[in-house]
Amino acid sequence: MTTQLLIQTIANAISASSMLALIAVGLTLAFGVMQMANLAHGHFFMVGAYTVYALYALGGWPFWWAVAAAVAVGAVIGLIVERSIFRPLQGDVVGGFIATAGLMFVFEVLMGEIWGWGLSRPIPSPYMIPFRIMGAAVAFQRVLLIPFAIVSIGGLMFFMRRFRLGRALRAVAQDPEAASLQGININRMTALALAISGAYAGLAGGLMSPIYAITPSLGGHLILPALIVVVVGGMGSIGGATLAAIIFGFVITFVTTLIDGVTAVMVSVSVMAFVLAIRPQGLMGRVVA
Amino acid sequence: MPLIIGLIGLCLFPFFARAYLVEVAMMYFIYIILAQSYRLIVTVHDWQLYHIVLYGVGAYTSGMIAKNFGIPVFMAIPLGGAMASLVGVAITTPLLRTKGWGFYIATYGLAELIRLSWLKFRNPFGGSTGIINIPWPPEIAGIDFSAGIPYYFFSLGVMLAVLYVLYRIEHSHIGDSFKAISMDPDLAASTGINIPRHRLLACGIGGFFAGIAGGLLVHRLGAVDPKLFNLVTMLYLLIWVVVGGTNTFWGPIIGVTVMNTLFELSRPLIQIRPAFFGLSMVLVLIFMSGGIEGLISKVVARWQRRHDMPVAET
Repeated sequence: MTTQLLIQTIANAISASSMLALIAVGLTLAFGVMQMANLAHGHFFMVGAYTVYALYALGGWPFWWAVAAAVAVGAVIGLIVERSIFRPLQGDVVGGFIATAGLMFVFEVLMGEIWGWGLSRPIPSPYMIPFRIMGAAVAFQRVLLIPFAIVSIGGLMFFMRRFRLGRALRAVAQDPEAASLQGININRMTALALAISGAYAGLAGGLMSPIYAITPSLGGHLILPALIVVVVGGMGSIGGATLAAIIFGFVITFVTTLIDGVTAVMVSVSVMAFVLAIRPQGLMGRVVA
Repeated sequence: MPLIIGLIGLCLFPFFARAYLVEVAMMYFIYIILAQSYRLIVTVHDWQLYHIVLYGVGAYTSGMIAKNFGIPVFMAIPLGGAMASLVGVAITTPLLRTKGWGFYIATYGLAELIRLSWLKFRNPFGGSTGIINIPWPPEIAGIDFSAGIPYYFFSLGVMLAVLYVLYRIEHSHIGDSFKAISMDPDLAASTGINIPRHRLLACGIGGFFAGIAGGLLVHRLGAVDPKLFNLVTMLYLLIWVVVGGTNTFWGPIIGVTVMNTLFELSRPLIQIRPAFFGLSMVLVLIFMSGGIEGLISKVVARWQRRHDMPVAET
């Protein structure tokens, strides 16, 4: 491995970590507040990517407006899923989990029918100039993701600690019954959690859309790494998800560069199994009695 | 009584139906074994997502030992089942301490490791094209089991045997312990039920029969590849079981029969078919928990009440 390739791979790994973190933070937030696992979360990302495709590549909107629209679309989808699936199934963990598995099929077919099957949709990157660092060239689109991830995840952590609404979210996550006795409207909190979750997935999807080959099966490919990150981080822990996203971003990028993509998944599930065999609650998860 | 009529119908069916329908019927038998073995694991409340990979382990093991080592097909199939059972236990054991959702994802991840190794290692697993030229079953006592109708009766017999065993397990002491664990694990533990051991037992038994189903599949198809055992197939298995209902023994059988028939009938709509099935699962979960089987027993109970008949316990 030459120094140039090494630097390039590190840069790509940081970018991949940022993307994984953006996806996983939303997933873990939804889990923490509702105890519901959203298997269709990868499909939120995909819908965000298609939004940018429709508005920016086809509609001629400015790229940033299209990304803002993707965030909004993600939040709205999160709200719809919360209202139509998670709320009726509140308390039924297995039911919610399986229902979102069914939802994966629905999203996939919907996107395939609207935008066409099989073909990947090319989106021209608004920034064609590569980012140069110490002799290595990294696509600017990938670098862009890093500040966004830092600001939005840092912002979310700040919001959860310092704002009344964020503290209310954490209260619901810890004990919904006690929280509702304090006058917190639980339904409003779960809706907020899913809206944030969807918005973050939409943001990641929108920003990454010029890099990924967008096909209806994109969501299905992304969900496994995202789930691994959430489980290893400790379900419901935003800090844990971020830490795990960094670990797996590096593992996946390095193994993919050195060997291939299939091996990268194999190595990451092995790492996951190893961590969970030792710490069943994940890196930063709380032990639930 | 309806059971006997059904059996006679199943025995007469291949002599009147087209060859294609006989093949389709064999798939029903295999799927029923698969769904029913999954339900056994569900009774301990372990909704794992790797059952389809165990089905694949059975298929690969049985196919490979029959092809490479010349082990007779009828011996290879149970060996495949044993292998699937071992793999299931090996996946579950290190992750038993993870809770709920973490358990589903972690075990699914490990199973995906197995499936990807079929994809990755061309030797001996054949990579993405899989393995072909897997031997058909031999001729025994003048009956050629590689033909459609004999294999139909073979798989029917295996299915009935598996259903009988699973039925007996459910109505045994062990089956009661399984249900106790799914209802209230803490209470079950306090009455002296060893929860990890029972979960592993359910996983081992379920895995064994999933492997048998895989063996039945591979010696009919004569080929196997990793795509048969991906997450999409797992989702269909979930759909059968959830739509059919998991509360009683008959739920998954009804689920496979109804959903797979709809699946076959909707071939012209192949592109949008997954959305229909996904949506049906979501709707069943929200509005009809208990599935089709639950609906039927509710209707029957109401009918009985209206006609002043003793209401059957459900």
